[in-house]
Amino acid sequence: MTPLLAMFAETKLVRLSAVDVIIVAFYFGLVLVIGWYLKARANTGEDFFLAGREMTAWIAGLSFLSANLGALELMGWAASAYQYGILAVHWYWIGAIPAMIFLGLVMMPFYYISKTHSVPGYLKLRFGESSRALSAVSFAFMTVLMSGINMYSMALVMKVVLGWDIHFSIWVSSLTVAIYVALGGLRSAIFNEVLQFILIWAGALLIPILGLVEAGGWTNLKHQIAQNASAEYTHVWSNLGSFNANPMGIHWTGIVFGLGFIISFGYWTTDFLVVQRVLAAKDLRSAKLAPIIGAAFKMLVPFIVILPGLLGLAVLPMKLTGEGAAVANGGHSYNEVLPLMLARYCGPGLLGLGVTALIAGFMSGMAGNVSAFTTVWTYDIYRAFVNKNAGDHHYVVMGRWTTVLGVLISVGTAYLVMSFASIMDYVQALFSFFIAPLFGTVVLGMLWKRASGAGGFWGLLAGTLSSIGMWAWVKVDPAALRYVALSPNAKDMAENMYRALWSWIVCVLVTVIVSYATKPKSNDELVGLVYGVTDVPHETAVPLYYKPAFWAVVVGIGFVILNILFW
Amino acid sequence: MGKGGISIWFFIGLSLLVNGVLILGAGIWEWIHPPADPVVLFQFHAGVWWGALLLAAGIFYTFHYAPWQTVS
Repeated sequence: MTPLLAMFAETKLVRLSAVDVIIVAFYFGLVLVIGWYLKARANTGEDFFLAGREMTAWIAGLSFLSANLGALELMGWAASAYQYGILAVHWYWIGAIPAMIFLGLVMMPFYYISKTHSVPGYLKLRFGESSRALSAVSFAFMTVLMSGINMYSMALVMKVVLGWDIHFSIWVSSLTVAIYVALGGLRSAIFNEVLQFILIWAGALLIPILGLVEAGGWTNLKHQIAQNASAEYTHVWSNLGSFNANPMGIHWTGIVFGLGFIISFGYWTTDFLVVQRVLAAKDLRSAKLAPIIGAAFKMLVPFIVILPGLLGLAVLPMKLTGEGAAVANGGHSYNEVLPLMLARYCGPGLLGLGVTALIAGFMSGMAGNVSAFTTVWTYDIYRAFVNKNAGDHHYVVMGRWTTVLGVLISVGTAYLVMSFASIMDYVQALFSFFIAPLFGTVVLGMLWKRASGAGGFWGLLAGTLSSIGMWAWVKVDPAALRYVALSPNAKDMAENMYRALWSWIVCVLVTVIVSYATKPKSNDELVGLVYGVTDVPHETAVPLYYKPAFWAVVVGIGFVILNILFW
Repeated sequence: MGKGGISIWFFIGLSLLVNGVLILGAGIWEWIHPPADPVVLFQFHAGVWWGALLLAAGIFYTFHYAPWQTVS
């Protein structure tokens, strides 16, 4: 047993009954049946890598959200809500909604019209081969590593919650994902993600409902949280005027500009893991509407994630602590708040559905990683640099085998992390290095026709290197935090946000300077790729409710109202 | 959804239907045979009404999107 694993006591939070096991087993069986059924419809590259580009806005939108809605996301943010209060909701509202709307209305037309298979593929069309190579290699590498880390973390959760053997969890879940994605390609991943999305809601929704009943409603809940923790725990914005005035140690500028602008826009508009789902939409209107549908549901996710964490503060009889203190004192950690709430209210059957929701969340995230990795490897690395002239069938076969290989690399990473836990921190930091600069490169490429190929490449490289440099600077000299994060009191999250902001600015500045010093592409070469030279089709002479822009306004109004309500 | 294939909503309906039957059944069983160590708010019998809700949604989606009903 590894040291990290040994930290967890040999106890389990919940005990499954026979009916719970049947529900979990039925879920595994169903996802495999779906993969097997869809195998017959994954014969061409367009089928396998882009699901035939025939998804409705609803399917693409729910899948877009589900690929992000992993089990660790559910449990991690519930834990953050218990630890930091309702501030955690920023990662669902300002940290997602504006970016999703921007993706739908502004960026999707170019991704879609260009007929690219991937985000690196768009960079190739817009900036050239070198930009594609840089983003494809970094994305493929980081995606499988992240997938492995999530796999290991999830197996650890299953060990703690259910007492399952960690090797059993890793191999059963990863092989299931490998089988259904390798068989049915992106269509199978998307089908299962939509199923998983429904199961997550069906399994998790009872917790906030019964929790609010037990707490006596929202007003009583706030009173109890004020008594047990602090009244600040139920305010979203009013305590962000100073780094010291809130439990996260963060300032509103970090939330608005770092999280709300750079990190959020970087992730939701350029991370191919989520963008790939929208590229599978059947037409441009569906592609524009899908992220807006995703945004509407994203706004509601705090109800099943953040609220259970807050309810835990009010109704749980024990005080949860950090991981270290929990191990030392034999108590429960913040990360266990969601399973504890599940066990509190859910009897046989419901418990099985709740556990299925957690497993479904993990598998949807993993399938997202694997299918995105497969596409980028096959089209942006293998076809671009290894074998350019093979037939379509060859690339489909390559995609199937890459799916299996990607899962095996992820499993390898999971075992690596099991032995060297510190790898997890480094890889998560590494992943953040690429997101913010990539957003700078893609958004300039779409909105500024003067951006040249050299500008795009050197801007992306400079932004990435500057992010790595700032991270290393703080590691070597912690006092540098006052410059990178604008305050010596800033905590990890705040540092990440400001580092993202600076690296984005570096990327944009270098792109602009190099672009003015080098030759731009002609307008003819930019048609379908950039605003100003592309004729973007608009919905005319259709009812208002048919237009994505209308629904974007509706979601935007909901977003503003929620922020004011919980100010 | 999809050209000529079984709709994803059929699979979702099937999942809700089976889960609904199992949860409703377990909830009724517990109502008749209360456990020695019940969950909090056991008196609301969440398994019964939640299971019934899932079952109703499952029946609707399974039959509305059944392969023999629609090719969409």
